[in-house]
Amino acid sequence: MFQKIEIRLSGSGGQGLILGGIILADAAIDDGLNAIQSQSYGPEARGGASKAEIIISKEDIYYPKVMKCDLLLCLTQKSYDKYIDSLNKSGILIIDECVEIDKNASYKTYKLPIIDTAVNEVGTPMVANIVSLGVIHEVCKMLNEEVLKNSIVKRVPRGTADLNIKAFEKGKSLVKG
Amino acid sequence: MSNKKAKLLQGNEACVEGALAAGMRFFAGYPITPSTEIAEISSQKLPALDGKFIQMEDELSSMAAIIGGSLAGIKSMTATSGPGFSLMQENLGYATIAEIPCVIVNVQRGGPSTGLPTSPAQGEIMQAKWGTHGDHPAITLYPNSVEEIYNTTITAFNFSEKYRVPVVLLLDEVIAHMREKVTLKDTSEITIIDRKKPTCSAEEYVAYRADDNDNIPSMASFGEGYRYHVTGLVHNETGFPTNDNKVADKLIRRLIDKVENDIDNLSIYEDYKTNDAETVIVSFGSVSRSAKSAVNELRNNGKKVGLFRPITIWPTLEKQILEISKKAKTIYVAEMNLGQYYYEVERIAGKYCNVKKINKVNGELITPNEIISVINGGN
Amino acid sequence: MMYSNLVKKYYRINNLPHIWCPGCGHGILMNSIIRAIDNLKLDKDNICVVSGIGCSSRASGYMDFNTLHTTHGRALAFATGIKFANPNLKVIVVTGDGDCAAIGGNHLIHAARRNIDITTIAFNNNIYGMTGGQYSPTTPTGDFGTTAPYGNIDKSFDLCNLAKSAGATYVGRGTAYHASLLTKLIENGLNNNGFSFIEGVSVCPTYYGRKNKKGSSVKMMTYLKENCIDKKVVDKKPELGENKILIGELYNNSQPEYTEKYKEIIKMLSKES
Repeated sequence: MFQKIEIRLSGSGGQGLILGGIILADAAIDDGLNAIQSQSYGPEARGGASKAEIIISKEDIYYPKVMKCDLLLCLTQKSYDKYIDSLNKSGILIIDECVEIDKNASYKTYKLPIIDTAVNEVGTPMVANIVSLGVIHEVCKMLNEEVLKNSIVKRVPRGTADLNIKAFEKGKSLVKG
Repeated sequence: MSNKKAKLLQGNEACVEGALAAGMRFFAGYPITPSTEIAEISSQKLPALDGKFIQMEDELSSMAAIIGGSLAGIKSMTATSGPGFSLMQENLGYATIAEIPCVIVNVQRGGPSTGLPTSPAQGEIMQAKWGTHGDHPAITLYPNSVEEIYNTTITAFNFSEKYRVPVVLLLDEVIAHMREKVTLKDTSEITIIDRKKPTCSAEEYVAYRADDNDNIPSMASFGEGYRYHVTGLVHNETGFPTNDNKVADKLIRRLIDKVENDIDNLSIYEDYKTNDAETVIVSFGSVSRSAKSAVNELRNNGKKVGLFRPITIWPTLEKQILEISKKAKTIYVAEMNLGQYYYEVERIAGKYCNVKKINKVNGELITPNEIISVINGGN
Repeated sequence: MMYSNLVKKYYRINNLPHIWCPGCGHGILMNSIIRAIDNLKLDKDNICVVSGIGCSSRASGYMDFNTLHTTHGRALAFATGIKFANPNLKVIVVTGDGDCAAIGGNHLIHAARRNIDITTIAFNNNIYGMTGGQYSPTTPTGDFGTTAPYGNIDKSFDLCNLAKSAGATYVGRGTAYHASLLTKLIENGLNNNGFSFIEGVSVCPTYYGRKNKKGSSVKMMTYLKENCIDKKVVDKKPELGENKILIGELYNNSQPEYTEKYKEIIKMLSKES
């Protein structure tokens, strides 16, 4: 089990990544760990670069920002280009299939049709964040699955719980293949 | 009792929760990043508690409206950021001379002017004290975690009610927007202070006659039968304007004394591993979190480093800073400005030890590594 | 000094005489407020008078109510806070032309827009008197002030039209000469459950009058007598209104009041829980 994990979820504004980060942090706390979620955003409400950062730790967390990520999610090329240097050499990279990457890199990479799954299998691009959480969970297994699902249900807009749980399951099965 | 569980809360959210726990039932404000969530959450929660939320036409009027709300007897608050804080200075001075309790939250972002609206800074340390004109007292508090935002907001209300002063609660973009684990106190564990009310009849009430023991007059609410006058002009004990130089002198000194003579009851701070420290970092707000990480890492490498974190920014914690300066060789003041609190520390500690600056104004939080490298470099 | 019963009942005699210049119209306007309150038999403890800065603002200190003398232009913003926090209070704002139309113009239009139950009485003397005679937003074009030594090139505001356009639900204009009309308009304003705006045209012989060769206070009052006409008359015979100052009730239109609309939200939420 890990002592501390630093996660960065990146993409464009409107993809729900900040909510995704909040859900991860919320679940970590419900799972008895410490967590901090922070974000940065540009002036645009939609379309600009967006990132959510989550630190999950067994100990107190002081400095609240991610220094080097252990896990990086990029849903757009722009966010990959911007944040790839912040990933630990031994870190995990999860990217949407639209992202072109440097094939020689040493990261453990998962290139998956996250946005396509949200649109075509769940029915809306709005759930790309929750599909991503399914992927992250299946890859890392860092949190109790029931606790994580509870946090999803608690934090997503009222009336969309079933849809989002479906998105979470689809994300998991992307990794399982 | 249900509150006792650990949960994830945003800094701005915790500020509203703390204010509500303290008894805030009136909020007037104007949207501005990165404080807007405080207005949004207040607008949602207040009417359900029989409280009032109003979005005013600007920050000038927001500040005016909370003074009006407080005079009507309701604990009142506003929240803003740099540009709005500048506009509030006018009526912040009014609340000071008229002795109207209220709380002003300033979530600091990059300045001057519109600056960096979505990025953190600590550029209003001096403005919190000297932003409004004239000689006056100031109480300014600055927490550094989400849980502490909750507790300090309650303290801000308590101080404002006790001393009858506008209290400035400084936050910054980092701690206001981040979410972290908090365990909120039960209401039974919270001490609430309410303003001193007159015990005499309306005929005997002299609105601005201070009690000898604390320099603070009792305050009736408008509509309670104590008809009195409130003005921003220098006034005598009855509250009516005067040009009498002796009265003016007495009033201004009393306003300052009522706060500064009670500094021991206003001094809130964290002393972290300073006892044997040769090097002490002084910092507050989000930067103090980086400083604490730096202290722990430097200690792991055998360096005797500590952190002194003022939560009470104004009045200055002179006694504590002086004590540290007599033990430490070097004090580093780390802040996201180019040296505002530094000058306070230098004034107090400069005679006894080295006082140096660690600064950053690019819109990013100072990192632990940046602090470590300065201290290791001995600069 | 002998004071009338009205003065003894409503004024803070210790603070009299007032500081306004001999011949100033403000004392008459202030007394219209007192007469309106007396006619309506309102409870003194329940009345709150809020003023800003300038000659008009001194009125609050002389009247024996809950009184608040605020900062320049902000009286309506303070008053909004008081009224919203305690809607049971009868809130009156005394303001001036510079106070409510220049530095406080934004607060005037937004208080009017909300239709919050505040009765505003604007003492309009067409000049900044307290600071010594600078031109204000109601100084007529071409007139002089200490900061308009070559004549004022600004267009002047019609305060009543401004308030009406912004959403005030009761608007009227009286003058220092037409004091009993003004009293009646203030009564109507106090009875209107919403934002009421009453302009009281004053005279300033010291600054505006002297700068513009208007003569003595008596001459300025005579001018008001001869150049004002009630809207009711003009409504029947529009040609009589040419080049005259329109006085009387100018607008009256009941609309939902702000604090009551907010109370409905509170009620709705208390039912839900």
